[in-house]
Order: sequence, then C-alpha cells, then structure tokens
Amino acid sequence: MAYDKFEILESTAVPLPVENVDTDQIIPARFLKATERVGFGDNLFRDWRYNPDNTPKVEFVLNNPVYKGKILVGGKNFGSGSSREHAVWAIYDYGFRCVVSSFFADIFRGNCLNIGVLPVQVSAEFLDKIFAAIKANPDTEIEINLPNQTITLLESGDQESFDINSYKKENMLNGYDDIDYLTKMKSEIQEFASARPF
Amino acid sequence: MSKTLFDKVWDSHVIRKINDGPDVLFIDRHLIHEVTSPVAFLGLKSRNNSVLFPEKTFATADHNTPTINQHLPVEDPLSANQLKALEQNAAEWGITHWGLGHQKNGIVHVVGPENGITLPGATIVCGDSHTSTHGAFGAVAFGIGTSEVEMVLSSQCIMQPKPKKMRINVNGKLGFGVTPKDVALFMISKLSASGATGYFVEYAGDVFKNMSMEGRMTVCNLSIEMGARGGIIAPDEKTFDYIKGRLFTPKEEAWDKAMDYWKTLKTDADAVFDEEINFIAIDIEPMITYGTNPGMGTGISNYIPKAESVEGGVASYKKSLEYMGFHEGDKMIGKKVDFVFLGSCTNGRIEDFRAFASIVKGRKKADNITAWLVPGSHDVEAKIKEEGLLDIINAAGFELREPGCSACLAMNDDKVPAGKLAVSTSNRNFEGRQGPGSRTLLASPLVAAATAVTGVLTDPRTLL
Repeated sequence: MAYDKFEILESTAVPLPVENVDTDQIIPARFLKATERVGFGDNLFRDWRYNPDNTPKVEFVLNNPVYKGKILVGGKNFGSGSSREHAVWAIYDYGFRCVVSSFFADIFRGNCLNIGVLPVQVSAEFLDKIFAAIKANPDTEIEINLPNQTITLLESGDQESFDINSYKKENMLNGYDDIDYLTKMKSEIQEFASARPF
Repeated sequence: MSKTLFDKVWDSHVIRKINDGPDVLFIDRHLIHEVTSPVAFLGLKSRNNSVLFPEKTFATADHNTPTINQHLPVEDPLSANQLKALEQNAAEWGITHWGLGHQKNGIVHVVGPENGITLPGATIVCGDSHTSTHGAFGAVAFGIGTSEVEMVLSSQCIMQPKPKKMRINVNGKLGFGVTPKDVALFMISKLSASGATGYFVEYAGDVFKNMSMEGRMTVCNLSIEMGARGGIIAPDEKTFDYIKGRLFTPKEEAWDKAMDYWKTLKTDADAVFDEEINFIAIDIEPMITYGTNPGMGTGISNYIPKAESVEGGVASYKKSLEYMGFHEGDKMIGKKVDFVFLGSCTNGRIEDFRAFASIVKGRKKADNITAWLVPGSHDVEAKIKEEGLLDIINAAGFELREPGCSACLAMNDDKVPAGKLAVSTSNRNFEGRQGPGSRTLLASPLVAAATAVTGVLTDPRTLL
C-alpha cells in the first residue's frame, strides 16, 4: 500500500479565499533542499505564515486557532506554477487530507492524487457557500464522501458531487498508486520500448 | 481519422488505455535534476525496484548551483548534499550525469536541446514545469511530480489522462522591438494564468514559423504560465538543422529513418481542436508584468488596469498590487528598478545575450542597478565569448556569471532582497519567487537591457 486509504472524511476546514495560490507560496523554493520527504509541513505557506524574523503572522489563517481540520479550502486556480510535489507533501505533512477549490492547476492535481491527498473541485457558487459557512461558523463540519463522490456541508445539508475518474477513485479507496500498477506491466513496457525508433 | 500534431505524438506512445482512467504513456527521454529527484530514488529503493532504462534518463545540476566560483566546494550544506545525492544516484544506476563543473552542465531545458536529447516526436518529461520548453521541437514535453519521476525511473512510463487540445494562431509580422518573450507574455495576459489549464497548446501561424528555435523554446517554455500542460510547434527545416549532428541525435541511417517520421509530424488540415484562438502580431508590443502572476501583464507603454476591468476576483487583484507596491492606473515606464536578471530556461540562450548586448553596446550600466547575467549553459557561455558579446557586456560595466537557474527561483545566493524591484527575463513573478519579499517584473531581454542602462523601466524601442 502506497499511502493511506481514503473513504469518508468528516472534518472542519481551513479557509484560504485567495485566487491563484501558486506552489511557491505553498512551499517556497528555498525549502526544497531536503533529500528525504520529511518536515515539509513546518514550512507550509512559510512566507504568508511567518515574518522574516520567524515570528508568526497572526492574521494568517494557519496561525488562527479558530480554524483547523483536515480540509484546506482554497480559491480558484489553486496550485499553479512549479511542478514541485513538495507542495503537496507540505500540505499532507501539515495534516490536510483533502483540498477543495473551484479550479486546480493540472500538475498540482495529479501530484495530490499520486500521494493520497484528494483534490475536490466544486462550482464557484458552492465554493462561496463553503467560505460563507466557515466564516459564519468556523466549526462547520464538512463531509467528503469518496465512494459517493459528494461534498456536504453537514449543518445546512448543502451538497455537491465532484468528479474523479474511476481508476484514481479505486486507487484512493484502496491506497494503491500508479507504481503498483506499472510494476505489473514490465514485460509489456519492455516490448513496446524495443520497437521505439530512438 | 484526422489528427493534430499533439495527437500523433501522444497516441503513438500509449501502451494501454484505461477505461475511465489515464493512459499509460511511454516516455522516450527523462531529464532529472538535483531538487525533484532524490525522493524518487529513495522510493525506488524502498520498493526494491531498479531503473528500467538508465540510458533514457539524463541528469544535470542546475536549480541550487552557485553562479560564481563553481570550481570551489558549494558552501550551502543542503545544496551540496542534494548535488551529491544526484551524483551518487546517477553513478549507482548508470545514468549520464553532468554535474557542476562538467563542460555539458547547465539548465536542464537548455542542455537537453543543445545535446540532441530533445527530438521531434519524442515524449519528454522532467520534474520541472518548464519541461514544456522542449515542445519547440515538436516533442510532447511536460513537467511531472516526484512520484512520476519514480514511475519513469522504474517503468519508463507515466499514467495521465490525455489533455484537451488548443491551437493558438498568431499571424502577421511582429513589430519593431517585439520578441518571442513578448509574444508569450501577450498570450498569457489574454488567456490568464489559468486560461489553458487542461489543454496542450499547439502554436501555429506566421509568427512561430518565422521564429528561431531559441524563440520557439521561449514561447513553449512559458506555456505552463497560462496553465497548459505543454506547448508544441510543428518541426520544420529549422528544427532539423538545429538538431543535426548533436551529441545524442540519431546519426546516418538512423537519422534518415527518423527524418521520414519527423516529416509527418504536423497537424492534418481538417483536424479539430477543442479550442482555437487567433491573435494578430501587430497587436503585440514589448510586454511587462505588474502583478504576482504571469497573467498580470500588459504592453510596456500602458497603465496598470483598474481592478474592475480585469477578469477574476477584485480582492486577489488588489492583494497582488499591494504586494508589488503599485496602484491601479500607475504608468509602468519610468518605475525605478534595483535589479536586472538576464537568464533562466526562458531567456538564457545565445539569442537572448545577443539581444541584451545589442542595447548595452556603447552604453553603461546604471549605477542603481545590480545586474546578474547568467548563461543557460557552458555552451551558451562559450558562444557569448566566441561572438565577442562578452567584450561588449564587460565594456558596458556588466559581468557574466556561470550557468544555472540562479535568480529565477533564488535557491542559491542570487536572491533579490525584500522590497527590491527586479526586471527579470525569467518566467515567474510570484510573491517572493526571487527571494523573500522580492518584487518581479517579467520582461524580454531587450526590456531588461534597456532598464539596466537607464535604471528605470524603459521601452527598448527608444534605445534600438
């Protein structure tokens, strides 16, 4: 098993209503120097979270104890820019298991699925509803139901369904990853490779 | 059935199609560097896998390397550790490795094409989003995450759904002082930083046909900045001339055979795209960005747009301008600049240095400017010397540094200090991208040069 299984997640959420959150903000390049996948959560949103003297920026949402949970809710075009998987490692290492947005950058979405963080894409209207619900009550519980492919605001009952292809869904439900799949294809791959012109 | 260029290359690499799932895509060429590969090699070991085709992976050190005194040991222990890990992993698995100090060393997306690793019709991936650069040769090339780097090492495949297809046509003749970088920044400003997400983009029309290979690389490089997985341009005589005779390019019979295939690599006349967009060359002027994503760009002589006039959230737009210390309606020309950076996988090639030199020739660097001129590779560095550009640059008060990614992402010591404003030929103006608190204006090498000699943001057309 490559990562934790994901079935149903019920949690409060941390709101980050900013558009175009790029992976340089999620984890700045100067923190990409590790040769192992450890400790990235400490530097999640480093420059939004801490002042240059390393004191916390009190106004940033991760420093506000009112907001917590395993779901991160971001604005449109979340995860744009660099392909660094470290961004998702940081999100995972911090404790998030699901990211919700109205639009994800392609590489970021793929990276999420490859390490077992579920990207849930909702409509712009539903995203606004989530932000409003959390603003009104930071303890708002959200249910992410992968088998049914639904996201529900448990207090109001507002619900929307989300897309995920059935291959990736099976992977997430079982904690499998692509390497497990590809390992079984070795001879087929070798045969294909031998026919390549260069 | 009619196919696009992208279809032809992608489809011919699909080993298996999974129903309601991704394609299993065979990868011809895999490029790795020190930052996104170490964890992939760890994963490989922990699963007891081995590198399936070591001869299809190529390693170079670029992201965190210093750009001065490369002959000395790397001072930063974390960077040194990553460089060592790359060297050891490459040695252990028999992968070609061009480390610091090697004559072939340089930025991964510069040395790939220079050495014939990049070929038309190939699938090329790297743990770096600017892998889209290689699409300039008619390759399907894109950035991947570290999990996928491990997949390619162990199986030479990745698993991804096929992207949708977009074609952007730019016809007509580019105006005076308008470069490939301006064409790219113009397209991104029109489509926004997310406008091509989910798509693979083919660039077509007079402008790209007439563009040099270096220019095509600049354009394809920036595809990711509008969200696209990659960009691609049909190979032509210019492409074949560029790659012929390079280190890893097929030779003799293999070349002839490859050429037969490469000549078929164009979009069929009646092929259909999911989205098709047209621009006219004359509408493009030298570009500048004013915000914190590459979509926030405009013609250099324009004023910063009002929040209400742009698409997207007003709050995010205002937050961006606040970070930059700019205001809606500000004029861009004349803004005082502190740093100028010429280099990166976007604009670190010989043509970029020629452009820079054409403006600084006979002029002097402005006193308030700190300039970093960083070639993309030792090959580029050698050409700069050969062509006499170094003398011109030095006479104008500039120094040439050693190759690497440098101030594009500031993983080494080339960091723009907090609050300082840089005109940069790189690819991202994100908050803190060039150093914590730094502010970046993305522009062409001509704009960078004009600014470097005047000290303020300057329209290069006034100096050409």
